[in-house]
Amino acid sequence: MLRLENISKTFHAGTPNQRVALCDVSLYLPKGDFVTIVGGNGAGKTTLMNAISGVFLADGGSIVLDGQDITFLPEHKRAKHIGRLFQDPMKGTAPNMTIAENLALAYKQASGGSMRVGIGKKLLAYFAEQLALLELGLEDRLKTKLGLLSGGQRQAVTLLMATICTPKLLMLDEHTAALDPATGEKVLRLTQEIIQKEKITTIMVTHNIASALELGNRTIMMDNGKVALDLSGDARKSMTVEALMTKFKLSV
Amino acid sequence: MTLVAFSGAVQLGLILSLLALGIFIVYRILGVPDLTVEGSFAAGASVSAVLTVSGRPFMGLVAAACMGVVAGMCTAFLQTKMRVQPILAGILTMMASFSVNLYIMNGRPNIPLLREETLFTILATRFGSIQAARFVLPLVVVLISVALLGVFFHTRLGLAVRATGDNEEMCRASSINTTFTKFVGLAIGNALAALGGGLIAQYQGFADINMGFGMVVVALASLIIGEAIFGRRTMLWNIGSVVVGAVIYRIIWAWAFSFRIDPANLRAISALIVAVAISYPAIKNMCAVYKLKRNAKKRARGRYHA
Repeated sequence: MLRLENISKTFHAGTPNQRVALCDVSLYLPKGDFVTIVGGNGAGKTTLMNAISGVFLADGGSIVLDGQDITFLPEHKRAKHIGRLFQDPMKGTAPNMTIAENLALAYKQASGGSMRVGIGKKLLAYFAEQLALLELGLEDRLKTKLGLLSGGQRQAVTLLMATICTPKLLMLDEHTAALDPATGEKVLRLTQEIIQKEKITTIMVTHNIASALELGNRTIMMDNGKVALDLSGDARKSMTVEALMTKFKLSV
Repeated sequence: MTLVAFSGAVQLGLILSLLALGIFIVYRILGVPDLTVEGSFAAGASVSAVLTVSGRPFMGLVAAACMGVVAGMCTAFLQTKMRVQPILAGILTMMASFSVNLYIMNGRPNIPLLREETLFTILATRFGSIQAARFVLPLVVVLISVALLGVFFHTRLGLAVRATGDNEEMCRASSINTTFTKFVGLAIGNALAALGGGLIAQYQGFADINMGFGMVVVALASLIIGEAIFGRRTMLWNIGSVVVGAVIYRIIWAWAFSFRIDPANLRAISALIVAVAISYPAIKNMCAVYKLKRNAKKRARGRYHA
């Protein structure tokens, strides 16, 4: 589904601040893979996510998503196939627009062109139905401005926005790190449910070693812009949190 | 205030509300106090004046709006493709438009239209009254603009433009082309400002190269007055309140005139209104903190004495 070949990225090249953030990273994700990524600060996790989503172009290498070469595709065009959640719940939604308007922006399968006015009753009903699945009581608050919701609610709505048109790839960048433990757990459970239901290929960055091993079917540890460890199958099953933690400490 | 002064203020307010609507779009929706509108306003006026002199006042208004679109797109180009800071991009376009406006007016700093046939004089012969024409034409243009904007900001594209100013990162993650939405927003905002300029040239009977100067502050003051009175609610409500705010601003202006306030001071007063209104939350916060501290001190002293 996703194939990265020799992706590299150097920031501030040619200056004393030069820093290699990604060094020849090659990675293949088959369809339906759920990969968790761990690694210390500056290991290149977020750089990898940004390179895939097109926040910047990689210095070298190629990115192929579902058979389409997206190496030079601009960010907003890649976003048609890639759903993203950020760590900051404020980043994923427009605060001064209503829940319905936010969802309408994310809902690209809707009929009619860009000049179509308003959000139809059918669509509103569909949004309410989807919101009800979050079990946060948001289905009755379609006309509420998103800025009035709590961080957890906003992150849940962002999750819905990212997956309302099933993306080919879902990228979660520590999306529960800024939430309180209970809310974080709930959002994580919702995320899992949606990923399982739609069988979405997913990459999740996390700082929680335990959930990195528990969630998904594959774990990658990054270090110094490289994939230091790629665990799946039995090797992953036999890996303990302590053992991975030890490796993690060695790398940091 | 005399009735003539009052109705004049309402007429001017309606025309300048187009400029305020332009600022509303670039400042409230896209989030940049874009100085391009000063250039667009003057550009609209000069194009409109030149075409009025050549006997095509209606084309003058159309061309004015087009000038605004071009100016807005220049700024959008600088902002997005060339990555110039938004404020600076506006300043650059405004500067450049000064020369362009002089060129349009054939090097003259102003063009009088007093003996020309303008849209107002044409309508006046039909209505039989210049006052009616001076009221109806701006009202019709404003009502059409408000209606179109109200509809536009509820289309998919309109929602995308609003979201661009609200949270750009989210837009790009939701596959919205923010370069395109900024072009659209700045083009519409500046088209409205230029239309206001085009209308006012025919209304007051002249175009002047300097008439854009300080207009951003005037428009911001109108915007803020409208919001202070009506608050922010739905999109259409906000758009309407901008228009009413602009009219009220002109009425205040006319009222100040009736006290023979030196018009030279009015720019300072406009700037003051905007500064105070925008810093209002900060001032309120300062007062609240001061109160909290004073109460805490009082309580501490009470405990000490007890």
